[in-house]
Amino acid sequence: MPARGRRVGGAVAAVAVATVMVVPFLWMVSTALMGEFEVLQYPPPMLPATPRWANFRDALTTLPFARFFANSLIVAAFTVTAQVMAGALGGYALARFRFAGQRAVFALYLGALMIPGVVLLIPRFLIVDALGAVDTMAGLVSAELVSFWGIFMMRQFFVSLPRELEDAARLDGAGEWAVFWRIVLPSAVPGLATFALFAFIDSWKSLLWPLVVTRSMSLRTVEVGIASFHGLYYANWPYQMAAAVTALVPVLVVFLLTQRHFTRGVQLTGLR
Amino acid sequence: MATVRLQQLTRKFPDGSVALAGLTLDIKHGEFLVLVGPSGCGKTTALRLIAGLDAPTSGRIVVGEEDVTDLPPGSRDVAMVFQNYALYPHFTVAENIAFPLKMRRVPAGEQQRQVREVAETLGIGELLARKPAQLSGGQRQRVALARALVRQPAVFLFDEPLSNLDAQVRASTRAELVRLHRQLGATMIFVTHDQVEAMSMAQRMAVLNKGRLEQCAAPLEVYRTPATRFTAQFVGSPSINTFDGTIEGKGSRQLFVGAVQVPVTAPPGSGTLAVRPEHLHIVPPGDGTFPVRVALVEPLGAECIVHALLGDNTEVRVRVPGLPTVATGDTVHLRIDHEAALVFDAEGRLEGRGRRP
Ligand SMILES: Nc1ncnc2c1ncn2[C@@H]1O[C@H](COP(=O)(O)OP(=O)(O)O)[C@@H](O)[C@H]1O
Ligand SMILES: [Mg+2]
Repeated sequence: MPARGRRVGGAVAAVAVATVMVVPFLWMVSTALMGEFEVLQYPPPMLPATPRWANFRDALTTLPFARFFANSLIVAAFTVTAQVMAGALGGYALARFRFAGQRAVFALYLGALMIPGVVLLIPRFLIVDALGAVDTMAGLVSAELVSFWGIFMMRQFFVSLPRELEDAARLDGAGEWAVFWRIVLPSAVPGLATFALFAFIDSWKSLLWPLVVTRSMSLRTVEVGIASFHGLYYANWPYQMAAAVTALVPVLVVFLLTQRHFTRGVQLTGLR
Repeated sequence: MATVRLQQLTRKFPDGSVALAGLTLDIKHGEFLVLVGPSGCGKTTALRLIAGLDAPTSGRIVVGEEDVTDLPPGSRDVAMVFQNYALYPHFTVAENIAFPLKMRRVPAGEQQRQVREVAETLGIGELLARKPAQLSGGQRQRVALARALVRQPAVFLFDEPLSNLDAQVRASTRAELVRLHRQLGATMIFVTHDQVEAMSMAQRMAVLNKGRLEQCAAPLEVYRTPATRFTAQFVGSPSINTFDGTIEGKGSRQLFVGAVQVPVTAPPGSGTLAVRPEHLHIVPPGDGTFPVRVALVEPLGAECIVHALLGDNTEVRVRVPGLPTVATGDTVHLRIDHEAALVFDAEGRLEGRGRRP
């Protein structure tokens, strides 16, 4: 029975992939519960001798993590909101409107996608510095308010929406803004939710920019906080992992909030 | 008065393709006109121009007494039902139907009343709280129809609204649309690529080919007296038999000479003789008959379609009433109803008919 064989083969492959994905995560949780020196034993232990739940409390209070979480959330809120708005408006314009230089603009966006973020680090810093915004919340938030990737992805999404929806709305008497706000945008919720999730994860895990543009403890983000267990406490792995596990919680929450739309969105944008 | 006049409508696309090439058509007030033609002939383009969703490269559109060519879609008194229905996926059925009223600032209570009324008329009163994704194809079609009806427009446009329905629902919806048209007395322009649908629904049908109008007339007239060879071949199933040849002789002696010979009234020169399958008859051998070899018999119950080959392997289709009386491989003799034969000139225009010898 070849069909059955294929099904079993598929299941085995799925389990293998899932294992590869989940092992590092389990190891992270396990490490978070170990003693500081237990981690360094050879061969490394799989499980802690006795789980040290206190690691979480200690790691999160050694440094002002409550502040870090708040900062990360503020940055993410601004970034996601701005990126989703720019993505929706820019993507719709590129997908639907014919205007002079449209192709050039689109090519420019595609080109911008190919520039690695690291290259932009120093110019961005110099601009923010010139604006006197180094080591301020404004400077911290300013880095990724527009995402070319998001505009591009939303363009692909809008291109795949049937135009007849917009045409029907125009015939029903809707002006261009009503077409966009009442019909296009709500129909695009799966695409927007998918992009918002990506944008949130990107913002949440960004390290380089927050590290470069902030100095005060009160402006640091979670990711910077996690990184500072290296050096400051000569690589305290359990603390670092405990903070990292905690930092995953918001990502998980956002994923759960958006996942209803997520699979559909990924399919519709052709990301698969 | 909701007449619709299309004057020399042309639509060229930037890529060079010409969807409509000088379409001129007068649609009467309260008429059910079917725009029919093969895929890609410009039917959707014509509707989009009338609706104002697209602008013509040249030509004018006049609805009633008003030239609407430069009006936006919302300002034309025109509603359209799209091929894919274009229901707003995030709205309920009630919200979908109410949307045109909402955009026209009809008070909320009045909106509800009208939505209810239209929904009852179309038998979708129980579906008002559902989302489009929870409806069957036939139900979606009705919602799309309701959204058009609720506006009470002067002109309805339908773009192949039945093509996504299964055969049974399609047949019943067809009849219902015709009934609705009688009830409302509104002008309706109905697009389809299905000539059977066109024949059965139309008061007049306009046959479109490559962006040009081939003929606009009542269905039976189009069937009996197709203006062009294209129309003759497009309308009728199985399709009309054609024979290429020449018209020879003068006066009352003219004769079509090709795979078959038929006396005709048409000017001499090369031309095409066209004969509908029901105008060929299986007969005993005799004067004016010709032999064919039966290649395939399709029994349909009330009739059968016999596919047969002439000596030179020209295929002919014969409609035979009743049950099959011949079998594959038989040689049988055919007679042509001379007076029903059509003659087209080299450009494909109707130029004459067969006649009694
Ligand atoms: N936006 C467009 N750009 C270029 N060509 C188009 C466009 N829309 C339609 N066409 C072309 O115009 C012709 C008529 O199209 P359409 O009106 O959709 O035909 P139909 O509805 O009869 O199938 C087709 O050849 C099609 O390829
Ligand atoms: Mg079409």
